[in-house]
Amino acid sequence: MFNRDRWKEILEVLTSNWFRTVLTAFGVFWGILILIILLAAGKGFQNGVMADFGDIATNTMFMWSRNTTKEYMGLPKGRSYNFKLEDVQAIKDNVPNLRFVSPRNQLGGFRGANNVTRGINTGAFGVYGDYPEIINQDPMTITSGRFINHSDIIEKRKIAIIGEGVKSSLYDKGEEVIGTYIKIQGVNFMVIGTYKKRNNDGDGEEAQKEIFIPFTTFSQAFNRADNVGWMAITAQDGSSITSLKERIVALVKQNRKIHPEDKRAVGYFDLYEQYNRIESLFAAMSFIAYFVGILVLISGVIGVSNIMLIVVKERTKEIGIRRALGEDPWSIKLQIMMESIFLTFISGMAGISFGALLIYIINAILDANGPVDMFLSPSVSLGVVVAALVILIISGLLAGYIPAQSAIKVKPIDALRTE
Amino acid sequence: MIEIKDLHKSYKMGSNSLHVLKGINFKAEAGELVAIMGSSGSGKSTLLNILGMLDEADSGEYTLDGVPIKNLNETKAAKYRNKFLGFIFQSFNLINYKSALENVALPLYYQRIPRKERLAKSMKYLEMVGLKEWSHHLPNELSGGQKQRVAIARAMVGEPKVLLADELTGALDSTTSYEVMDLIQKINDQGNTILVVTHENDIAHMCKRIIHLKDGVIEKDEKVKQVRASQYV
Repeated sequence: MFNRDRWKEILEVLTSNWFRTVLTAFGVFWGILILIILLAAGKGFQNGVMADFGDIATNTMFMWSRNTTKEYMGLPKGRSYNFKLEDVQAIKDNVPNLRFVSPRNQLGGFRGANNVTRGINTGAFGVYGDYPEIINQDPMTITSGRFINHSDIIEKRKIAIIGEGVKSSLYDKGEEVIGTYIKIQGVNFMVIGTYKKRNNDGDGEEAQKEIFIPFTTFSQAFNRADNVGWMAITAQDGSSITSLKERIVALVKQNRKIHPEDKRAVGYFDLYEQYNRIESLFAAMSFIAYFVGILVLISGVIGVSNIMLIVVKERTKEIGIRRALGEDPWSIKLQIMMESIFLTFISGMAGISFGALLIYIINAILDANGPVDMFLSPSVSLGVVVAALVILIISGLLAGYIPAQSAIKVKPIDALRTE
Repeated sequence: MIEIKDLHKSYKMGSNSLHVLKGINFKAEAGELVAIMGSSGSGKSTLLNILGMLDEADSGEYTLDGVPIKNLNETKAAKYRNKFLGFIFQSFNLINYKSALENVALPLYYQRIPRKERLAKSMKYLEMVGLKEWSHHLPNELSGGQKQRVAIARAMVGEPKVLLADELTGALDSTTSYEVMDLIQKINDQGNTILVVTHENDIAHMCKRIIHLKDGVIEKDEKVKQVRASQYV
């Protein structure tokens, strides 16, 4: 295969009609370019949407209490109830493969009334009573000080970790935050840390305007007794929360004396299911990208096959001469196949290179102009490029096969007679 | 060298079949220079194609240098052609995008002889036909006679048992024809077996033996006194 004469001949044949070769190559070039661009755009969209999930632990469900809709054990329907701390313990004890079960209580929030004051500054912020584990489920970067720890929980310390957004509305620029006090609904808390969240979706600004205080402190300060507002439950890697949620909900229903068939009493949101749904959407998108890309590529490959047929037709006599001189039919077949593969491969490589260049330029523009919603660093992986090359070689092979077959089908005597 | 016995060949033309060769028998010894003569339709080209393994006989025996030629598949036929035969065509049949030297080297390429050796040997044969200075010219830069001499060098380079020439002077004027025949005679003088198909009397008489074909049978098979082409050159 790697012999000089064969390659020389391949080049001679392909360069004998430059215009035709370039036009043919363009079909394959175009096909692979579209494939690459579709895949890169899909990837960019995926990256963008996935970035909106931020660093949040995706194998997580959120669960909150609502009103019952069925009578049960002598209790009326329409009853409102609360999760209790014992439910949290029950879930931890009875459901396996859970990584974190974090009870949460909440005060204020989006469009809430002013609830926090510091000196003459006031603001409306979401205040959360949390356990230390929440930082793993809803990740944030501690920019100064520290987050809640277990001693805070046990000793019910009145401390607060505030977001950068809270800091900017309650404090002057450059003012020291750590060690100062803020008043949440009339109760003083010492600020011991600030955080910043990284997700960049529409809630980005809101997410910086939260205050975290220890769960136990929250319960005592705001009279929640052992009530739990809602829970964030994360499963261990390797087992999905979607498969565990039925057990969790059933357990809570049992403890809270809720009819097992009552479907509305326990509200929950399965982030993992949503995440998977989006994952499968992207899987479908990349399938479509492959499908369309490969179809376009096929039309290019058919072009190559067509031209190879014409080349073979034009060279019928030459092939006849060569066979009369004693060239093995297999050698002729190999020659034509190699011409086809070479042409497909080179034009495909050009397509891939050009596609990579385009992606590079788009990335450079995106970098220069700042982030765009739902679109982030479009790219194709090395695996895709290798797959594309394999597709190219196979399609070159297929494109060459029929012409090669027709080249040796003609008897040498008939081939010699053609003019 | 060549022995054929009771060779038959017919072509199917729609519903009727055309019986072209009707039992040919002949024998050619090594070193012979044989002309096969006949008018068009006499079957001389068909005979040459069968001898050249480009076509297959319907029945009969064909032995080339002691090797029975029968039931050939394409790969085997290609191998035999390469090893046993050298072809010279009326229309030269050079490959027009390859230089004279590369054209000559083709049969050696198919024998998988290394490039350097191949080109050196081809150069030697080009020198023999007097075209050493033209080795790097493309066929369309050569005259008809030069092209045919390249074709002869190409036929010779593989050192075949038999040279088969099909109307080799058919596309040449008479002066050039004699030059080419002079070359053929010199090659024959070195002991090579050559079969020439022609319909030209003067060319036939430059051979040592003439086989007259008519309507698919050998009409006459005579030894002749060879006319040397050199006297016309």
